[in-house]
Amino acid sequence: MNFDDRTLRLIQIALDSLWPMLKAGLAFTVPVAVISFSLGLIVGLLTALARISNIKPLVIIAKFYVWIIRGTPLLVQLFIIFYGLAKVNIILDPLPAAIIGFTMNVGAYSSEIIRAAVLSIPKGQWEAAASIGMTNIQALKRIVLPQAARVSIPPLFNSFISLVKDTSLAASITLTEMFQVAQRITAATYEPLLLYVEVALIYLIFCTVLNAIQGKMEKKLDRFVAR
Amino acid sequence: MISIRGLYKSFGDNLILKDINLQVEKGETTVIIGPSGSGKTTLLRSMNLLELPQKGTIKIGDKEISIDEKSKIKQNVILALRKKTGMVFQGFHLFPHKTAVENIMEGPITVLKKSKQEAYSKALILLDKVGLLSKKDNYPHELSGGQQQRVAIARAMAMEPEVLLFDEPTSALDPELAAEVIRVMKELSNEGMTMVVVTHKMSFAKEAAHKVVFMEQGMIVESGTPDYIFNKTNNERLKQFLSIID
Repeated sequence: MNFDDRTLRLIQIALDSLWPMLKAGLAFTVPVAVISFSLGLIVGLLTALARISNIKPLVIIAKFYVWIIRGTPLLVQLFIIFYGLAKVNIILDPLPAAIIGFTMNVGAYSSEIIRAAVLSIPKGQWEAAASIGMTNIQALKRIVLPQAARVSIPPLFNSFISLVKDTSLAASITLTEMFQVAQRITAATYEPLLLYVEVALIYLIFCTVLNAIQGKMEKKLDRFVAR
Repeated sequence: MISIRGLYKSFGDNLILKDINLQVEKGETTVIIGPSGSGKTTLLRSMNLLELPQKGTIKIGDKEISIDEKSKIKQNVILALRKKTGMVFQGFHLFPHKTAVENIMEGPITVLKKSKQEAYSKALILLDKVGLLSKKDNYPHELSGGQQQRVAIARAMAMEPEVLLFDEPTSALDPELAAEVIRVMKELSNEGMTMVVVTHKMSFAKEAAHKVVFMEQGMIVESGTPDYIFNKTNNERLKQFLSIID
């Protein structure tokens, strides 16, 4: 029967496409997200500290960086890095171009999260640290940042989850990540509804794992918070 | 032990401390009293430079710092002075991510570079002294206010300061919990710890102080023995203040 043939064909395409998509997800989407987020956190921490430092040139540089990144679309940033810079002989492969773009993006957004978390720690904590003779850097490292980390976990995971989904933008700078594989198979089979729903479900699974990790980390750091 | 000369401090146009001169003897407990806004907390916080005065000289033990409007004080000079003092805050300010014993070990390990074992055994002795050995592995939020403040006292003592500064240590506590903190403070006072205490607890001043200082509008108006301050003074403002507070 006609109906059964169609169903069988859809199932066949779904199964055939699953592994290529998943493979692209594991080979590109996950590593790009994890690497960019880790580097982005370092950039974000340094930017946040620069903002808090009260050293004027540092404050200005940090503000400028956050202003530019937050005020322009991520897709446009990726195009500038990959296609634009090639014009001035800075030729990057798609993978490093994507990682640079995503890192800069995460850095700007997470710097605001980290800055807010640091500022949310009561002044008394700094003073108590100072009163036992700690330097500002010791107080930051041992007293303030560990407490700020707990506060910033939910918003940072927001960023992380956004990033996992935003990696699909790298398809447009020719990176063969998960979404691009879905597009290619769609072009060959012409089943957009099936394949895009399928790839959406894989993103959903990745993000669900992150949700679970967030819950675990919050629980672990919750031990010192009053309930 | 502490010698303060010609100390001035203002926040903007608001003069908080005016020409403060104060002498604190080694082994004695000095209590600073006075109405709200009289500058007593600011004076106390100036002693370990949590507030930076505009002018004056602060000497603690053999460390002397002269401050004037032009020169900037170096961080290491501030730290050297702070190492000689321990501070107990009205709001306790224990580190919430560390247990009681870790709170006490933090300074010795990070600042004095002591070994973990050394800091730990010292912390246990101090916890025992404030009567909280059984709470050593509890986090601050698991302790009552009075217990938190006693841990805070132990944390300050762990740095082996030459003087302990108390900023209204019982103002955030119920009378019952305040009493257990006062008991620890009296013990320390009796053992000859040099202490400067800002408080509204006149009973503590009467029973434990060697010297009482009355401040008003940023100045030291009267000072003397508890007997003099509470029974013999002719200062009208002080008499008025005492009549209101009792």
